[in-house]
Amino acid sequence: MSPISRGFHRRHQETEPAGRVPPGQYVTSDFPVLSAGPTPHTALANWTFSIEGASSPASWTWEEFQALPNETVTVDIHCVTRWSKLDTSWTGVSLDVLLDAVSSDAPYVLAFCDGGYTTNLPVADLKGGKAWVAYNYDGNSIPPEHGGPARLLVPHLYFWKSAKWVRGLRLRETDAPGFWEMYGYHMYGDPWREQRYAGD
Amino acid sequence: MAGTAVRGRLTWQTATVGAVMDETPAVRTLSLEVPDWAGHRAGQHLDIRLTADDGYRAERSYSIASAPGEPVAITVERLDDGEVSPYLTQELRAGDEIEIRGPIGGYFVWEPPGTDGAAPLLLLAGGSGVVPLRAMLRYRSRVGSSVPARLLYSARSWAEVIYRGELARLGDGVQVIYTLTRQQPPGWTGYARRADPEMIAEVAWPVTQAPLAYVCGPTNFVEAVAADLVALGYPPQRVKTERFGATGTP
Amino acid sequence: MAALEDGVLDGNAIGGLLLELFGTEMTTAVGTCAGCGTVAQVAEMAVYQPKLGTVVRCRSCDNVLMVFVEVRGVTCVDLRGLAQLA
Repeated sequence: MSPISRGFHRRHQETEPAGRVPPGQYVTSDFPVLSAGPTPHTALANWTFSIEGASSPASWTWEEFQALPNETVTVDIHCVTRWSKLDTSWTGVSLDVLLDAVSSDAPYVLAFCDGGYTTNLPVADLKGGKAWVAYNYDGNSIPPEHGGPARLLVPHLYFWKSAKWVRGLRLRETDAPGFWEMYGYHMYGDPWREQRYAGD
Repeated sequence: MAGTAVRGRLTWQTATVGAVMDETPAVRTLSLEVPDWAGHRAGQHLDIRLTADDGYRAERSYSIASAPGEPVAITVERLDDGEVSPYLTQELRAGDEIEIRGPIGGYFVWEPPGTDGAAPLLLLAGGSGVVPLRAMLRYRSRVGSSVPARLLYSARSWAEVIYRGELARLGDGVQVIYTLTRQQPPGWTGYARRADPEMIAEVAWPVTQAPLAYVCGPTNFVEAVAADLVALGYPPQRVKTERFGATGTP
Repeated sequence: MAALEDGVLDGNAIGGLLLELFGTEMTTAVGTCAGCGTVAQVAEMAVYQPKLGTVVRCRSCDNVLMVFVEVRGVTCVDLRGLAQLA
């Protein structure tokens, strides 16, 4: 039985939800950088975004990607490490636009990234105006440590699903665990149901 | 020397805070009374764990500041936006309990050489990286070793130098060279910049003397200095490194 | 702005974790990267601690050597990236 450390308390008190912040989270004005590996630096001339696993896969170069219809959205983001950041502004291409370029009934994707990171998502959670491949944050190019040149943005799920340095999606018939999911993080990751770990 | 088999408890045990001493306005040394302490080696560290009354836990690692044979002590630098260091340096007091795990480490440790060699010792400290190196110098004094030793200590200002008085009293066999990177006292004639290849070349023992180097501090400092030593010809296995992560700007 | 790499540690930082998991001092244990064959002591490996877990990588090729994730008090240990650890 650990002794209680007299006078010690956590630095960030959880915020009263008030409907805006999921359970167990605190609001921060910082933008913490968490990474499992070195920051990749891919030259835009070599960058592509691909959707694989469909009968007619699609791929875009940076120039082609920039020419796609884009939108600027303001969303709240929630990290499984308990911080939430409100009203973050991103510009990018909706996954509706990207997934429309391929014909597939596959229900799942595995997102893959420079540096080897992966994460899995249901296709349904990428459609209907819920997800983007973002390349600007707060009006500027996303800095490399925050996932630039482009990252996935899926704000209704815990932020580990918003894969940094994303390079594409692999369409799949089954839901295969990505990097953190393999080690016990939740396959879906809904912050409103506090689905942090498998079994939650 | 082969890795040490750790005797004693392998998991958390409860220590009691003994004396506390402020080294600088932001740095405090805590003496700890650990039941059944099996002893430690110079350069090892402890993990400490705090538990709040809501069950929230935080763990951190701190280098042991005292020499083998002395009571266990850790030196903690208060980080302004820290969660644990403000507690350890401002709230914790004599008689409080704290959980510790250790001693830990078999790589970043120094033993005085036997009679067959006196390879000079080169210690390079960035900020609070001086803590395990101070344990090594205390050990050296304690056993009466005559190994030539040189410490390059990079700090932001004179006020932030830890163990100032003690480092001045180490005796002839030890040279302490400071570089003060942000602010220097009036009349300062020492180094006044971040460590760079020229500085390292000036302070490093010649490679021909088969020196042993220990580099400790922020990651940027350690990687730059270790690379400089290797570029001078130090075999990589003679340059031991311990990274403390990012801190504030130098 | 500080680069992410400023915060990257080395195997000394997980000495306590490894002590707990393996029951012995491990920072001097020697690992062989299954990716590039580089041989290094654990103390020299690159350690990333993004709070979701601990990821240990080869300094030569960045291959993931070890991953530790604690969920509900149980630590999942993956050593697949090591061809050997002695």
